[in-house]
Amino acid sequence: MTQEFEFTEELTELRTMVREFCAEVSPQSVVRETMTTESGFDPALWRRLATELGVLGLAVPQSFGGEGAGLVYQAVVVEELGAALVCGPVVGTVCLAMPALTALADDTIRADYLPALVNGDRIATLAAPTAGGRFSADHVAVSATRGENGWTLSGHLAQVPDATSADLLLVAAGTETGVALFAVDGDAEGVARTSLSTLDLTRRQADVTLDGAPARLLAGEDECAAACERALLVASALLATEQVGGGQRMLDETVAHVRDRLQFGQPVGAFQAVKHRCADMLVALEQARSAAYHAVWALEDGTDDPRLAVSLAQAVASESYRWISTSAIQLHGGLGFTWEGSPHLYFKRATTDALILGSAAEHIDHVAERTVDLAPTGS
Amino acid sequence: MTTTAPSAVPDIGAIEETARGVVAAHPPRAVPVTELMGAWYDAGLTWVHFPKGLGGLEAPRSLQPVVNRIMREAGGPEPRTVNTIGYGIVAGTIRRYAGPEFAARLLRPLATGEEKWCQLFSEPGAGSDLAGLATRAVRDGDDWIIDGQKVWTSLAHLSRWAVLLARTDPDAPKHKGLTYFIVDMTTPGIEVRPLRQLTGRAQFNEVFLDGVRIPDPQRFGGIGEGWIVANSTLGDERTSLGDRVPARGSGAIADAIQLWHAHPDRHTPVLREKLTRLWIRAETHRLTSDRTRVAAATQATAGPGSAITKLVGSELTQHIYEFCVDLLGPTGTLIDTYSPDAPDDESGPTAIQRKYLRSRATTLEGGTSEIQRNVIGERVLKLPQELRADKGIPWREIPR
Repeated sequence: MTQEFEFTEELTELRTMVREFCAEVSPQSVVRETMTTESGFDPALWRRLATELGVLGLAVPQSFGGEGAGLVYQAVVVEELGAALVCGPVVGTVCLAMPALTALADDTIRADYLPALVNGDRIATLAAPTAGGRFSADHVAVSATRGENGWTLSGHLAQVPDATSADLLLVAAGTETGVALFAVDGDAEGVARTSLSTLDLTRRQADVTLDGAPARLLAGEDECAAACERALLVASALLATEQVGGGQRMLDETVAHVRDRLQFGQPVGAFQAVKHRCADMLVALEQARSAAYHAVWALEDGTDDPRLAVSLAQAVASESYRWISTSAIQLHGGLGFTWEGSPHLYFKRATTDALILGSAAEHIDHVAERTVDLAPTGS
Repeated sequence: MTTTAPSAVPDIGAIEETARGVVAAHPPRAVPVTELMGAWYDAGLTWVHFPKGLGGLEAPRSLQPVVNRIMREAGGPEPRTVNTIGYGIVAGTIRRYAGPEFAARLLRPLATGEEKWCQLFSEPGAGSDLAGLATRAVRDGDDWIIDGQKVWTSLAHLSRWAVLLARTDPDAPKHKGLTYFIVDMTTPGIEVRPLRQLTGRAQFNEVFLDGVRIPDPQRFGGIGEGWIVANSTLGDERTSLGDRVPARGSGAIADAIQLWHAHPDRHTPVLREKLTRLWIRAETHRLTSDRTRVAAATQATAGPGSAITKLVGSELTQHIYEFCVDLLGPTGTLIDTYSPDAPDDESGPTAIQRKYLRSRATTLEGGTSEIQRNVIGERVLKLPQELRADKGIPWREIPR
């Protein structure tokens, strides 16, 4: 383990490898092509990320097919995938399902599911009841019933990320005594999935209706909440690094544009009105990077209250990414409002990222509860 | 025949032992600061990377935080507070540009704080555009004669020495006609006048230089190379960042949080959100400072850079005290005194209001926020420079 914020050469090499792979295999032309297909992602590309690069299970223990390298490594990968807007089930599989499964105590269950996710053979997602990006048993929408042939689930799950293409649905469902975690095959009988038309075409969602769908119990009422909570924290931290990656790319493209674009006989980037906005974009980006990686390190080595660190990261990264991407539209001028220009792709991703695991406003509220609202110590 | 043993670079254990020895022999809480810092200097602990005999041990610079921690834990001062400008700007310049004997004469009293230093750079007509300054230095035999006016000189009235930028060649473009000197502040012709700020206090000074005579050996660097010399200390900024980052919730945000808890009757949802956002900015700024520190220490990757932390920290401080005054309500309209002799801006019954007023300077001093954004835009993001009317032409011809 390295000290917080120490980006070793190994991490830099990993970053470079993923960045070069994305530039070659998933340039924006490919992203645009893939995002208009029905499934919205390319399974072959996903398998190459899994096997050729081996970067999907960096935080999964080696005994379950992963690298056991840790969350910082996974974060660097997610950051670069976000920078390139790679189409694929990053949120469902890497951010949510893998951490949820990794958090479980039962080695048999972990061995049954994790290796196939790590090597890209299967994709998965997690549908857990949440409020403001936090696990909330009160919002459970699926009920679990134990019958002669095992468990079945019924209920409606709204806007599940990557659910259309998921082979495996991890579903938190209500039992008679609480909320437990179950595995449901994506194409099992009693599972009806409706793909949704999403603002960000590179990030798909589906509504899922379960009607007596057969399910396997993964974690009982005593364990489910902690596993889901952990998964949501990890996902939020990783998502924050994705927000950093996208923000960095938008800043780079904007700076390149205002250097080249001539008006009034000089590059528009020479004008302070433009230059200062670019400076503020960098400032916002660097704040987001600090908060995001602090959260990652905090989850990795337990040096901070993980909920505070994660909400801080989400509050800062969500607002930064959206502001950077809207600034990119503004500073690209008319080109920024075209379908052909890049900024709208990032703006839509930024909007989605800022909402799917709790909004900035909700995370600010979480931070308040853990700081401002607390009675002063020593009084 | 004599042989000299090769001077081995002391390891971390030996340096720690030396430092512990100094604070044991000169207990920081019991002896005068000058004695403590003198012993610290003589042991080579003031700037461990400096040459032996000049306050250093020729050790890696990364060991400085280690010894500073020992000083701190023994109850000693954060060394740089003894002589802020001396430590922050001057010491590195002396090491580079003064001969060994002169450096030895200057550095020890600088390190102990017996001879404080100030910086004669800014002028009424040269603030952000420092290189446009007009104070003249004219050669007269082995001396230089200085005429001009400086402003915003902190500590001038307490300082024995100053570093000075003056124009030696008005016919050269502005950056190329400057020369760097050090000045004994007791030299005839120097007049220091306090400059009253909007806080009512007079922390800064105007300094008038009228026929001030400086011997040529007090010139640092070549004639016309003053800008290069002045900028050579910018690289030292890394070490002056300090060896640790303040604790979460400390500094200005602590004032806001404390005030919040002291006035529950004034809580509203709007103020709660404002305070939380400020807390988030303060914490994120703190983390960014830490990331800068780690990047500088490990050198593996470039850090966010001091222009960003300066810009963010200065604006944040202002916004925190604006919040505080809002929280105070009508009480925020009161101030205990505008006396120039008020002891400081940090205490008294209206300390918050005083800090609120003082904070207006944070986005001006040490480079305005506008200049910081230019620096970020041009040096970090490599955006093109603005067209500059004074570029490449003799300083004499620049409109002013």
